[in-house]
Amino acid sequence: MTTVAVVDYGMGNLHSVAKALQKVQPGVEVIVSDRRQDILAAERVVFPGVGALRDCMNALAERGLEQTIIDVARDKPFLGICLGMQALLEFSEENGGTEGLGILPGRVLKFRDSLTDTSGALLKVPHMGWNQVRQSVPHAIWDGIPDQTRFYFVHSYYVMPAQRSVAIGETDYGGDFPAAIAKDNVVAVQFHPEKSQQFGLKLLENFLQWNV
Amino acid sequence: MALAKRIIPCLDVDKGRVVKGVRFVGIRDAGDPVEIARRYDEQGADELVFLDITASHEARETLLHVVKDVASQVFIPLTVGGGVRTLDDIRVLLSAGADKVAINTAAVARPEFVKEAAERFGSQCIVLAMDAKQVSGVGEPKRWEIFTHGGRKSTGLDAVEWARRMTAFGAGEILLTSMDRDGTRDGFDVDLTRAVSAAVSVPVIASGGVGSLDHLVDGVVKGRADAVLAASIFHFGDFTVAQAKARMRQAGIEVRL
Repeated sequence: MTTVAVVDYGMGNLHSVAKALQKVQPGVEVIVSDRRQDILAAERVVFPGVGALRDCMNALAERGLEQTIIDVARDKPFLGICLGMQALLEFSEENGGTEGLGILPGRVLKFRDSLTDTSGALLKVPHMGWNQVRQSVPHAIWDGIPDQTRFYFVHSYYVMPAQRSVAIGETDYGGDFPAAIAKDNVVAVQFHPEKSQQFGLKLLENFLQWNV
Repeated sequence: MALAKRIIPCLDVDKGRVVKGVRFVGIRDAGDPVEIARRYDEQGADELVFLDITASHEARETLLHVVKDVASQVFIPLTVGGGVRTLDDIRVLLSAGADKVAINTAAVARPEFVKEAAERFGSQCIVLAMDAKQVSGVGEPKRWEIFTHGGRKSTGLDAVEWARRMTAFGAGEILLTSMDRDGTRDGFDVDLTRAVSAAVSVPVIASGGVGSLDHLVDGVVKGRADAVLAASIFHFGDFTVAQAKARMRQAGIEVRL
């Protein structure tokens, strides 16, 4: 039986991620845990999170999990979601500057206050709601999901990897930003697949079946 | 291509049942919350809002069961409000499966609560719910104030100022209800919606008064709302969420189909 660990470090709604994984593949064993051994023992790892990056990094440090995340991101199929995506980068502008895990080179930037859409209307921050994702690079997580499908976003910061080529999906919010990135066994999305109805569930199913 | 405007059915929950009143009186039973949530999800609802209108201790337990059941079957964002007074209330709702919580009266009683909640759980899950009523007379510049207790109790707080202050304290979204329009089916107070939406940088959900699909269009086009909330037009089968989206798209509004 496939085991998937959902990293529980006190940052947000893990139950919906666990429930969604269970729903798309009833045979999968979903372990919600903050224990190093559980995370290392799982075949796949989901790293979710909402909130502020500094709290996230502090919560990982309190549980001694930073190195665990770095280790599993090296060889297991690994899915970062929202803050769990941003934490993979080296540095974020959030909270006056916060260091991330540095698994992927690059930075996390804040949406500027003065962004406008094509009609000139001021864009709200946080970027909240259903927006389209352009599948800029083919990837197993896009299987069976139409290009330009809408996913549910809620965030004020976005990742800017040092190599834009790791971006596999782009979303327009006052300009394109990477909504999905992938490198080797790591894939990460800014939107919430567990809250994005049937195509979000499809993406989670694809992740569970992904052969790296 | 842009961010879609959201359609959000609202479920007022009383002792585990969905109800809908007119101006908070004359409550009518509208059914089982889990069943209704599933139906709206199938119709393409972008989010769901649950408001616990009893908020007694026993009703709280019932509500948590409802949230748990819905969250395990419906994979779209859920906002839960009604009687949220402490950080622990928020923690319990989030761990039951809510994605956001709406704070109303507790923010009026102690505004710092919103700041503490946003710092602890993140702005993305703190929705400031505000009930506003027009207080200006005919011929005066329009002005609205915040009311509590189902619109019976005035607070003297200016609605636009309140929205600004609460977003400065970290509220990530505003659920704005016109108490003049709630339950009337006369349409949103679009002047109120526009005034609040223009004053804050966070998304604003227009609420109160929807009686037709054109009212939803007006909320976005005239009120500049980021999302529109309605209850009775969906509960009693007048329209489906899919019909609402089709009408909005016809009017040139970006929606998720």
